[in-house]
Amino acid sequence: MAAQNASVMAGPGPGEESLGVTNGKIGMWTFLVMDAMTFAGLLAGYARLRWTPGSDWPFPIEAFGVVGIQLTAFNTFVLICSSVAMVHVLAYQMRGNMKAAQGWMIATIVGGLIFLSIQGFEWTHLILDKWPFLFDSGYEAKYNLNFAATFFILTGFHGMHVAIGVIYNTIILMGMRSGKVTEEHTSTVEIAGLYWHFVDLIWILVFTFVYLI
Amino acid sequence: MEIQGKGYLSPLTEEAKTSLWVYLKEWLCSTDAKRIGVLYLAFATFMGLVGGILSILIRAQLAAPGPSVIQDASFYNALPGFHATAMIFFFIIPAFTGAANFIVPIQIGAPDMAFPKLNLAAFWILPPSALVTFAGFFFNSLPEFGWTAYPPLSTHAYSPIWGADFWVMGLILVGVSSTMAAVNFLATVFNMRCKGMKFFQLPLFTWSVVVTSFLILAATPVLTSALLMLTFERLFPGVFFFFNPEGGGDPILYQHLFWFYSHPAVYIMILPGFGIISEVIPTFSRKHIFGYPLMAWSMIAIAVLGFLVWAHHMYTTGIALEVRVGFMFLTMLIAVPTGVKIFSWLGTMWGGSLRFDTPMLFAIGFIAMFTIGGLSGVVLASVSVDIQLHDTYYVVAHIHYVLVAGSMMTLFAGIYYWYPKITGKMYNEFWGKVHFWLTAIFINVTFFVQHWLGVQGMPRRYYDYDPDFALANMISSVGSFALFAAQLIFVWNLIHSWKHGEDAKANSWYGDGFHFEWRMPSPPDHHNFHEPPEWEPIIRHHGGTHAELWERDVDGYHG
Repeated sequence: MAAQNASVMAGPGPGEESLGVTNGKIGMWTFLVMDAMTFAGLLAGYARLRWTPGSDWPFPIEAFGVVGIQLTAFNTFVLICSSVAMVHVLAYQMRGNMKAAQGWMIATIVGGLIFLSIQGFEWTHLILDKWPFLFDSGYEAKYNLNFAATFFILTGFHGMHVAIGVIYNTIILMGMRSGKVTEEHTSTVEIAGLYWHFVDLIWILVFTFVYLI
Repeated sequence: MEIQGKGYLSPLTEEAKTSLWVYLKEWLCSTDAKRIGVLYLAFATFMGLVGGILSILIRAQLAAPGPSVIQDASFYNALPGFHATAMIFFFIIPAFTGAANFIVPIQIGAPDMAFPKLNLAAFWILPPSALVTFAGFFFNSLPEFGWTAYPPLSTHAYSPIWGADFWVMGLILVGVSSTMAAVNFLATVFNMRCKGMKFFQLPLFTWSVVVTSFLILAATPVLTSALLMLTFERLFPGVFFFFNPEGGGDPILYQHLFWFYSHPAVYIMILPGFGIISEVIPTFSRKHIFGYPLMAWSMIAIAVLGFLVWAHHMYTTGIALEVRVGFMFLTMLIAVPTGVKIFSWLGTMWGGSLRFDTPMLFAIGFIAMFTIGGLSGVVLASVSVDIQLHDTYYVVAHIHYVLVAGSMMTLFAGIYYWYPKITGKMYNEFWGKVHFWLTAIFINVTFFVQHWLGVQGMPRRYYDYDPDFALANMISSVGSFALFAAQLIFVWNLIHSWKHGEDAKANSWYGDGFHFEWRMPSPPDHHNFHEPPEWEPIIRHHGGTHAELWERDVDGYHG
């Protein structure tokens, strides 16, 4: 095959030291700028649709019901815990304790999976019970239809990021188990961590906009 | 059969020397940025011809009033949108990406891009996304909403066709490809610079790619978000009403999001061109660029301002007058950094010993004609004037002076300039000059009259028009046919010279090329440098004459 270049997984390779960090880290940061702008576009759309005079936008707590908000608040807590677990993965890896790092990585992944399950439950409930007008014209909507539409596109796009993050972390976990990711590959875990914390951060924004205010 | 080659063009394995198929596979799967760059350029050339043919169809229909060449008005309505899509997303942007792939790693002294595999992936997303975007042509289901795809025209109710869905998804894919490339360029330039290559030593073409990559990074995802919303609205018409007032949506929201991308996109399409001109003019003037730091800062200023002017495309949508005046002011402000660039190029040429080879001709032609496009932009920026000129041929003339006399001319300058480096052969100078003169003349024949048509009130994108406009339209059509024919000379020259051209020297332009790409053989070897290079900083201060600086720095690289 064709010319292969220096590996991007390990530390800085030849010609990669201008800023003293790996290419991968810069790549992830720049990617996150891009991703943040995608969410910014969606959130700007949300803001414009909601804060227009006469938009007939419901107050989220009334529309979701108190239980809905509390369930999602718990879900937020789970995602933050998962982020904390990710910090521990890196911390243990840097100290060379790969066993503990694997354990915390499993905790990170489980946190992501719990988040997705609760969100799946919430979506099912909303589609079937709360918003029957979506797929059945026999029902009438009580408020702006975009309340549901923006909810789905924002939480759905974020949920997709969580799902990708779970897969990403699982691949790293498998690498740890097979010995491909060792205590020397801290940048691999650090870069995955950047993504995972970003997904967490975005959720705080989405949660605030869609559920709280 | 023995496959020969020099530098990066050589086969990589023994098998590839005898089998064309293996050699071809080595090219298509190569992670060498230079080969990927050539793939980008080839793809862009092909799509440029497709876009050109679409424009020929448009001009053929408009040559005379009434139904003529195209009997089906619906088919005509689809053409302008597809012409724009082909030219913007599949010709200009990939062509600059291709040139940057080849040149940027070399100019910063790196062996390759930061992420070679991502680079290959970004390229290979392009051809499938072109197929998806243009799928309507195979199903005979062509969207008629132009390249802007404003709702409600683009919603399910008014464009209930598959071709429209494919078009939207194709554009999302292109966006993915170009953001992947942008991430790659930024990581490369930030982190793979050789010793001595500080940020304010970067060649200006590399600078332009950095600024452009930031624009792509920050603007393209906003278009993606708008297109995602549009896709959902189209696919689930009863559930999503982002842009449909019937369900509480807002069609103007789409325009805001769309232009938040598409105005910076104009700079995505012109800044790399500025970079190319900043390479060409010093080489053929035998002087360093005039006002280097300002040249870099003015690109940054253009990029920042570019994000703050999008609503000047929306003066007629009923947004508040105060807002429009603000956007008018900011828009006119962009003429300042652009003017800094124009005068710096002129300052570079001032007192230089000029040589008028084809790249230099294109660079000078660009400065002259792009200025016309820039000035008509200032005219359009004025709110009161724009309300008259909105959606007329004046806008068409403006955009074509900026993109044809701007981006395309710079692209030609760049391709002629680096052709000896890329292929190791010289192109045919005589036909290059013929190509320049025909292009320069017929751009003006085609597009200058369109200013007049616009002021007279001829709307853009219409199938038919008032017979009063017949003469100017005929002139414009004839010009466009000649312009297209001139491009065939260009394509022929490139292909023919690759086989029959003279061998190029390392520093192909009379030994006057200055940056790293001219200090290595033509064509370069697979990993660019045999040992890590070191950049001897250019000290830009007042004092020593330009000629002295130039001679001293270039010394030893002639030949």
